[in-house]
Amino acid sequence: MERSSRDYVLWTIAIALVVIFALIPVLWLISISLKPPEALTDQKFIPADISFDNYKSLFEGGIDDSPFIKPLINSIGIALITTAISIVLASFCAYAIARLEFPGKRVILAGALAIAMFPPISTVGPLFDMWRALGLYDTWLGLIIPYLTFSLPLAIYVLVAFFREIPWELEQAAQVDGATPFQAFTKVIVPLAAPGVFTAAILVFIFCWNDFLFAISLTSSDASRTVPAALAFFTGESSFTAPTGSIAAAAVVVTVPIIVFVLIFQRRIVAGLTAGAVKG
Amino acid sequence: MKSERTRSERKLAWMLCAPAVVAMLLVTAYPIVYAVILSLQDVDLRFPDEGGFVGLSNYTAVLSSDLWWTDFFNTVLIMVISVAIELVLGMAIALVMYRAIFGRGVVRTSVLIPYGIITVVAAFAWQFAFSPETGFVNNLPLIPDEKDWFGGRFSSFAVIIMAEVWKTTPFMALLLLAGLVTIDSQLYEAARVDGATAWQRFTRITLPLMKPAILVALLFRTLDAFRVFDTIFIMTRGALDTESVSILGYNQLISRLNLGLGSAVSVLIFICVFLIAFVFVRGFGAKVEEGRPGG
Repeated sequence: MERSSRDYVLWTIAIALVVIFALIPVLWLISISLKPPEALTDQKFIPADISFDNYKSLFEGGIDDSPFIKPLINSIGIALITTAISIVLASFCAYAIARLEFPGKRVILAGALAIAMFPPISTVGPLFDMWRALGLYDTWLGLIIPYLTFSLPLAIYVLVAFFREIPWELEQAAQVDGATPFQAFTKVIVPLAAPGVFTAAILVFIFCWNDFLFAISLTSSDASRTVPAALAFFTGESSFTAPTGSIAAAAVVVTVPIIVFVLIFQRRIVAGLTAGAVKG
Repeated sequence: MKSERTRSERKLAWMLCAPAVVAMLLVTAYPIVYAVILSLQDVDLRFPDEGGFVGLSNYTAVLSSDLWWTDFFNTVLIMVISVAIELVLGMAIALVMYRAIFGRGVVRTSVLIPYGIITVVAAFAWQFAFSPETGFVNNLPLIPDEKDWFGGRFSSFAVIIMAEVWKTTPFMALLLLAGLVTIDSQLYEAARVDGATAWQRFTRITLPLMKPAILVALLFRTLDAFRVFDTIFIMTRGALDTESVSILGYNQLISRLNLGLGSAVSVLIFICVFLIAFVFVRGFGAKVEEGRPGG
């Protein structure tokens, strides 16, 4: 294929458009988070003066009075615990589906897919009622349980796709070479499975981190309110100031680490997001 | 001996799957049954003493209200427009990622950014951008300086759809790219030799061969778009007739604590989602078993 300079120009424009489209909201959030209050309404994309006051106000007052620290701890804690449980349960299930023959395999996969299509709003009312009766309303566990249910289909599908690619006969080969079954599993299979497990963990974590519907329906205080829910209920310094600056700063704090993480592991995430998407 | 082994293999498989299956059913199967039961009763937590079985009257109340049909129209409108734009844009981005003679890595890196951002955060970013007070959008050329985007129903929809498209197009593009790479490149060479133009190659080779991938991507995105909640809640809270059906359900259940009416709305949403999936699978022949849950 001949590559004319016209091709280069066209591709450069296409690529630049995609990059600008993806980056604008992030740069914009960083911009408003750095604007001092009096410059907030200047309608400029690039701030003229830079101030870190919005960030300071997020953490002011320590853990008890800051509007942001507790939700941040809740978000991280709930997402990590859910990810750990979800990955363990999904690994067992995916191992069985990828490696063993048993009736009910297709039913489990179809059921997982059906749950992925399930509208979460349909479970919010019953859960709200049940959690209040069981004392799970406004607790970490009250969010971990629905997150587990709705993240398992994703984790199972990603793991089954990865596990099907593992050359399992290596396990027996290692045992023939004198390894114990435990050594064969930990030294041969675990390293081969680790990338898939890690990928599934990233996707589940992002899923929990992103949820808003359960977070505002099943919590009522900082005891378990996560960042997305807390952002929706942020108030300004006084009732006369809009919380725009603090929301932007909080948004940047929860966004930048995830973006850095996503970019570092982008190959794995793309593989995970498209794993088993279409069979060739 | 062999059947002994198959039997133990089965038992092991079931034991390995049981915890995940139970966890998945716990918060779906039981609550949906409970939602159906609640929807047949007069349950209002503000008046806990009243109540009792009322048959289908919650459903008739919802289905004969203008609010439900307004919200249903809003939801379908947002769903159809955003999924259509996502398909075109996602296909364009997938083609850029597939065919670019340089810079593929940069494109892939940047499309993952919207995927990593919390939907609520993205909604705030676009809300601030379009707000007449803080936003930069009204400062752009061709856009009236005083445009109050959230002051009208359809201009609010425009911003809501834009935020939804921004957040979910990357997922669409990645799914379409996965379908694109499975096409045999020799087909393109043969068509080129036969004198087919780039457009002919796209419509005669790419689109037909990608039909399964497109249908699966459309099914998942359509169902996801029908559940639209976060963006609307942040941007308008449903003001000026911009509610979606999920916002209606939330308002009835959590804000007004009317579990009976709210559950009727929930069950109706469940039925709609089921019907959409049914139409895709039976009507268009989407091969769902080749699909996968969305991120």
